[in-house]
Amino acid sequence: MSVQLSTFAAMLARDVRVLRRNFGQFLVRTIMQPLMFVFVFAYVFPKIGQGFRGGSTGISFTTVLVPGLIAVAINFQGIQAVALPLVQEFSFSKEIEDRVLAPVPVWAVGLEKIVAGAIQSLLAAGTVFPIVLLVHAHGAAPTVHIHHVLIFAIALIFSCLLAAALGLFIGTVIDPRKITLLFAVVVIPLTFLGCVYYPWAKLTPILWLKIIVLVNPLVYMSEGLRTSLTPELPHMPVWAFLLALIGGSLALTLLALRTFSRRVLS
Amino acid sequence: MNSSGNGIAPGAPIRTEQLRKVYAGRKELVAVDSLDLEVAGGEFFGLLGPNGAGKSTTIGMLTTTVVPSGGRAFVAGIDVRKRASAVKRRIGVVSQANTLDRSLTVWENLYYHGRFFGVSRRAARQRADVLLQQFSLAERHAAMVFELSGGLAQRLMIARALVHRPDVLFLDEPTSGIDPQTRINLWRILEELHAEGQTILLTTHYMEEADRLCERVAILDEGKVLALGSPTELKRTLGADTVIALTVDGDPENLRSRATAIRGVRSVELDGPIVRVFASSPEGVLAQLVADAASLGLPVRDAASHPPSLETVFLSLTGREYRE
Repeated sequence: MSVQLSTFAAMLARDVRVLRRNFGQFLVRTIMQPLMFVFVFAYVFPKIGQGFRGGSTGISFTTVLVPGLIAVAINFQGIQAVALPLVQEFSFSKEIEDRVLAPVPVWAVGLEKIVAGAIQSLLAAGTVFPIVLLVHAHGAAPTVHIHHVLIFAIALIFSCLLAAALGLFIGTVIDPRKITLLFAVVVIPLTFLGCVYYPWAKLTPILWLKIIVLVNPLVYMSEGLRTSLTPELPHMPVWAFLLALIGGSLALTLLALRTFSRRVLS
Repeated sequence: MNSSGNGIAPGAPIRTEQLRKVYAGRKELVAVDSLDLEVAGGEFFGLLGPNGAGKSTTIGMLTTTVVPSGGRAFVAGIDVRKRASAVKRRIGVVSQANTLDRSLTVWENLYYHGRFFGVSRRAARQRADVLLQQFSLAERHAAMVFELSGGLAQRLMIARALVHRPDVLFLDEPTSGIDPQTRINLWRILEELHAEGQTILLTTHYMEEADRLCERVAILDEGKVLALGSPTELKRTLGADTVIALTVDGDPENLRSRATAIRGVRSVELDGPIVRVFASSPEGVLAQLVADAASLGLPVRDAASHPPSLETVFLSLTGREYRE
């Protein structure tokens, strides 16, 4: 058992080595989207007098955006860090054929990919946090404070695991020739319908949408972070997003490990 | 201890019992059918056969990435189905495709491989250095693997498979698609490893490669073992010193009985327009054959004579031309 743990740790060490080597790229792909977003919506818009408001409560749009953009970074990074390399490994690089020969059960190789992806998601959250807090016009500062440390930590960690598990699942079931559709079909709808730019509770006037978006894991990530960072905003009940994030992470991890094993063994 | 309880059976590095793999699908495909093999410690063993014979599927089952449909297989005495992780610890695999880690340098490929297999940091560093020297890759230690040529990449794959000192080294079609010089270099490396006592199982569809390298070969076709033995033994089963192939225009059926009657001829086979004659004393056989063909009104397009090879063994077993 301890030998298998050391193999698992060695695989993680390899991923950390690669991440360190490509850290510049990692930063660019993580930071660019939230940076541009807050620059336009929290700096340019207020400056030119074009308004978005956080709703009738007088809460600024930047406050709404903070948890949402962190959730997007987590989700995007999780999917990208796990699914894209995996698709390459299955199609032309074939590296996976060697990795599954490491002396651990095949599912452990998949689990390591989820853990490594979750670590990258967590790093992404860490790098985006200061940007969304700091980039804004005078007077448009977001009101952010970690009100519930425990809920925040749980929401953050399970958001990262959920995103990485989603990445592993997508990476094992998608046809490598259709990988270019990943962003159009998965990432973009998830992002725009992920309660990133609006709180879920505010969707009541469009009830059908409010119900449909519940299948979107990003909704729970945004709402979980929103509850713990900006509780002034209306948000989903705590039990609901905790159940979805924890239950969803476990269920999707089990499912992805199955599809992974099926894909590498014949 | 009994073998079914803990998945350990004593004895040979590789042993299979009625090993079978069937791929389900619209049309069921029996890739490997009731395979019984035993490879001894330190042996250089070859699985030889055309594409689709079941070689890669067999190696896949022995290296745990293909799940057997029936029968049993033991590597280093360990049941591949029951204790796959333990088997993986004891084997080194050089697969057909380049599976090197492209995000790492040459040296890191060896170092992290060692770490995956529980080798300590220090020992993994030393082992990586030693293997790079041994495989003449030391100069390229800092290169990223995508900068390597095909031959160097393959050498690195073999070095990587040896980092954790495996009981058995598996090589799946290592020379397919590489240039002749690289192939000869690879043969030299494998011969050295064999001389050091490494147990090696190699699959190949090149008959001459198996003939040169392997102590014993199993000739596979359509998932079944057609013949098993040393290359010399297998060639001896033909009972002929020379094989003469005559290609004629027209139906060679009449030539068959004439040829059988020639002195020194052991057997005759027809393969399309080719008459293949196995002769124990070849003097005068070719001349007589050509004369017989002429008297039957069959123009001779081509005539060739050569000592028997594994290819001829395959031909005499299957009755058809060997397709690589």
